[in-house]
Amino acid sequence: MKKEILKLRDFKVYFPVKAGVFNRTVGHVMAVDGVDLDIYRGEVLGLAGESGCGKTTLGKAILRLVEPTNGKVTYVSKENDETELTSLEKKDMDPFRKKLQIVFQDPHSSLNPSFTIFGSLQDPLKKFGVNSKEERRKIIGDLLEAVNMRREYMDRYPHEFSGGQRQRIGIVRALCLDPELIVCDEAVSALDVSIQAQVLQLLMQLKKDNNLTYLFITHDLSVTEYLCDRIAVMYLGRIVELCDSEDLYKNTLHPYSEALISAIPVADLDKKTKRIVLEGDVPSPVNPPKGCPFHPRCPKAKDICKTEVPTLKKYSTNGNEHYASCHLIDLPEISK
Amino acid sequence: MAQTSLDKKFDQIRKREEEKTFSVKKRSRIVSKFLNNRLAVVGLIIFTIIILASLFAPLLSPYDPMRVDLRSMRQAPSFDHWFGTDSTGRDVFTRVLFGGRVSIFIGLGSAILSAVVGIAVGCYAGYKGGWIDVIALRVSEIFMSFPQIILVLLLVSITGQSLFNLMAIFILTGWGGMYRLARARMLSLREEEYVQALRSFGLSTFTICYKHMLPNALSPIMVNITLSTAMFILTEAGLSFLGLGVPLNIPTWGNILNVAQDILVLQNYWWMWGPVGIVISVFVLCVNFIGDGLRDSTDPSQQG
Repeated sequence: MKKEILKLRDFKVYFPVKAGVFNRTVGHVMAVDGVDLDIYRGEVLGLAGESGCGKTTLGKAILRLVEPTNGKVTYVSKENDETELTSLEKKDMDPFRKKLQIVFQDPHSSLNPSFTIFGSLQDPLKKFGVNSKEERRKIIGDLLEAVNMRREYMDRYPHEFSGGQRQRIGIVRALCLDPELIVCDEAVSALDVSIQAQVLQLLMQLKKDNNLTYLFITHDLSVTEYLCDRIAVMYLGRIVELCDSEDLYKNTLHPYSEALISAIPVADLDKKTKRIVLEGDVPSPVNPPKGCPFHPRCPKAKDICKTEVPTLKKYSTNGNEHYASCHLIDLPEISK
Repeated sequence: MAQTSLDKKFDQIRKREEEKTFSVKKRSRIVSKFLNNRLAVVGLIIFTIIILASLFAPLLSPYDPMRVDLRSMRQAPSFDHWFGTDSTGRDVFTRVLFGGRVSIFIGLGSAILSAVVGIAVGCYAGYKGGWIDVIALRVSEIFMSFPQIILVLLLVSITGQSLFNLMAIFILTGWGGMYRLARARMLSLREEEYVQALRSFGLSTFTICYKHMLPNALSPIMVNITLSTAMFILTEAGLSFLGLGVPLNIPTWGNILNVAQDILVLQNYWWMWGPVGIVISVFVLCVNFIGDGLRDSTDPSQQG
């Protein structure tokens, strides 16, 4: 049965926009604007969307690297104990920091150039009670071997590694406290394609071996198709579609997802694909358009889209739950 | 194919490998990179010689730097008096040695102390941001916007001339620069992803900013310490030359130079100010070379 590991409710992250001599707040960048999301234990949830739609902010705010403005994040342990993370004091977060980790996008800035791999990875272990140096070396060495690197590499400096190797070290760092959920923040987008495949395979292997859950943030829908169980599509800080990854490609409901999917390159010359080209840019998250945030760029927009904000409604495709927020969907809504 | 010198080198390495005499050097990377930098090594050697000579001044010179000997006034350099004697018959060489003690102490001491203050404040404020940062920034601006020489005049007239007053003034006026340097580095470093990774482990602010971030901010600070050592020595010399620095009875490089205020001395007795001027310049130059060497060798991404 599907069990939640993390529940987000009405999750918002606003950044104040300051201006003037007195640094008055004149508005807010609504990076994440009311997200409801359940992440189930053991799944890979893809979070897709174009640049600036708030997906990275969402990932970081879950770990409280960015403070959320509003909403709740609830962690559900294996024993079904629920803890709300957003209301905790920073120091009370510690036991949960072990469970939630993150792999970053840029392998070049994600490792400290002044320390050897062991040097920069040992402090978290120390903090969480691994006191003997031999033990720390053993843990890090074992993990390095688990990501197909040599144990001795722990005494090298980051600049001695290639991008793919660094990314694997980043994965080691995320794994070293034996987490349950890993936020992969565009974990492979800085790597070239052949290395991407390697790292993705490695991630899948590790997931199997360690019973991990991934929140896989990406802008590359071709990666999510291969990797994810479910996909959430974000637009302007909101989730516009959330469903099983197969359904997203076969039974696309939201026009934005449709446009994204049509942009995936297909390696088949005979196949004629109809590309939906979106006009214009993402509207400013400081001042989002009234009504449906997507309506200025939507090829199907009707009058209702300009006035009424659509909510995320539940539909059913292929017998699976399928959430989408659009006024123009013909399917019958399923009440919760 | 002709054997190049490179081939020979490889042969040597292979031979040593086969004989198992090839051992990896245990010397740390930073040290070996520093030693590869010729200018820095030369600088370090001269720097050490000058410091040792000042420390062991009583062994190197039979004279007392304070003793007035009116029978041997204004003697040109000779075998007895290497740098000659000054207007009251004191041996200039001895005075340069003893003066080095004070001048170097002031220069290095105030540079290091102001760096310690600047780094301590700058790292924390730069990383934390918020109101701490705003206050620290404003305070440093106030200190830096105040003309140093007027501050010296003020404090000297209030508290009197003394070595420690001078150092205190140097630290008060000097920490701002270090603070800004450290802060600026921290501001750019704190957005790096490894810092966020450390935060995601919930490590304490102190561990993150002083242990993990500071080493990456250190190389420009290191250079700045050496540069400000040089600057403080020069400022001390300048202030003492004007009679505002260290009390005149204590020999410092600046106080020795003080005699050059007299146009007669400047024209006729070059040995009273020439050698000490050269020593100051050489020392400052060496310190700068060392600073450059340190910057390059502490930069982990630069190959030695």
